[in-house]
Amino acid sequence: MIKEIEILIIGAGPAGLSAALSASSLGAKVLLCERDELPGGQLVKQTHKFFGSEKQHAGTRGFHIGKMLLDSANSDPNIEIWTDTTVLGIYPDGVITCEHDGRHCKIKPQRTIIATGAAEKFLTFPGNDLPGIYGAGAVQTLMNVGGIKPAERVLMVGAGNIGLIVSYQLKQADVEVAAVIEATPRIGGYLVHASKIRRAGIPIKTCYTILEAYGTDKLEGAKIAKIDANWQPIAGTEEDVKCDVICLAVGLTPLSELCWQAGCKMAFVRELSGHVPYVDSNLETSVPGLYCAGDVGGIEEASAAMVEGRLAGFSAAGSLGYGEGTAAAKQEEARAELTALRSGPMGEKIRLGQQKVAEMGSVK
Amino acid sequence: MLINDGVPTKEDLEKVFPSEERMAKGPVSVIECFQKIPCNPCVKACPRGAIDIGCDINNVPSLDDAKCNGCGICILRCPGLAIFVVDKSCSKEFAIVKIPFEYIPLPEKGQLACGLDREGKELGWFEVTQVISGGGTNMTHAIALKVPQELAMEVRNIKVGGYK
Repeated sequence: MIKEIEILIIGAGPAGLSAALSASSLGAKVLLCERDELPGGQLVKQTHKFFGSEKQHAGTRGFHIGKMLLDSANSDPNIEIWTDTTVLGIYPDGVITCEHDGRHCKIKPQRTIIATGAAEKFLTFPGNDLPGIYGAGAVQTLMNVGGIKPAERVLMVGAGNIGLIVSYQLKQADVEVAAVIEATPRIGGYLVHASKIRRAGIPIKTCYTILEAYGTDKLEGAKIAKIDANWQPIAGTEEDVKCDVICLAVGLTPLSELCWQAGCKMAFVRELSGHVPYVDSNLETSVPGLYCAGDVGGIEEASAAMVEGRLAGFSAAGSLGYGEGTAAAKQEEARAELTALRSGPMGEKIRLGQQKVAEMGSVK
Repeated sequence: MLINDGVPTKEDLEKVFPSEERMAKGPVSVIECFQKIPCNPCVKACPRGAIDIGCDINNVPSLDDAKCNGCGICILRCPGLAIFVVDKSCSKEFAIVKIPFEYIPLPEKGQLACGLDREGKELGWFEVTQVISGGGTNMTHAIALKVPQELAMEVRNIKVGGYK
């Protein structure tokens, strides 16, 4: 049997949930498929207050935003949520297959929004296969979802927002953070996060890299060193850091496999951290009726993912004839919010990346 | 430097410190927010309209310290935990510093807590004069500390636990 639905949304994180709510608000019927047993995506483990403006729930903690979005979606008769559901394939005849309830199911949507998010990048160094070396997301899940103290002493690699925020959360969970090391000369995350962990006594060492991890049966420590302008370790600057966990927060990359499979026009855009699909101003890809929202189209903050979700939801529902006379204004409002969020110095990378995405549009 | 170690320089701080004259008059906010990021909850937090960021959400906030009465609501609402309140008017010797705090255990009023500077260095033991809860879903606390006047612009955190 084929499940027919007006709009299928793949991924129930900040983008997917927002897309579902906005599409439904115009009257469209939505099926939301989520691979995890718990919808909410990364929001479920974000214990810090969000930045941005009131429209993106600034000042509210991420997990509270997640709960708010999910409660709205759960009580919305237009939205059906399938959890523990992995979307497997997008076929040329418009059929999408998934594993749901232990069965192989087929879905025939009129519109699809891909909101699959991103995956953490890994780092190559000797000893990186020792037990005790995690991605920052896994450590956050253990702590904030599982309620498990993940370590006694951590070395954090990467001073972007994730590295800074997870260091703060570790400190809140009474875990010692030996240091945050960062290979570039600048802290990439928000400086208010950096200042917050500095006054809690956590050192941030820029221009530092990890040389190796060591330990007999599990991680016991790491060798780190300062690097020069050519990213080469400087002799004599080696330091030994005792730790039982190394937490890698070295960036994310879009989970765009389904876009490839659907035949979307794709390109590698460094500023967006990986291969991303071409999208137009409605977030529609080169495949008609297929939209993208959130990190799958380029790595950014969750605030932006929520607004992109809203935009894609309005666009998809609007294209089905819902919200006649109002959809366009709502899309425009979302676009203006995105422009504002991205207009500062922290949005420069995104702006450059989007320029490249727009250029993709003119390539045959 | 702030951009490579997370600690604001003297020059950074001078730009945002209220004047000595203003601080001697009564409690006032000190907004240690130096980077243009898209964020504006502080503007709405202030019931007296003392905080402004203009029309671009990426601007850093500016404080009208004539309007500010040091109520401290902004301490609890700033997502970056970058706002403090300093009161140098209470005595010649001491000042009250209010800091945002999101750790457990909380200190209790009357206990001594170990004060830390912007690099987490210990500055001594100071009396906790007030513990203010942000409530329900806010979950941030503001801790008021009685510190020597000369440390009023240095103490910016307390060491978690071990209060006496």
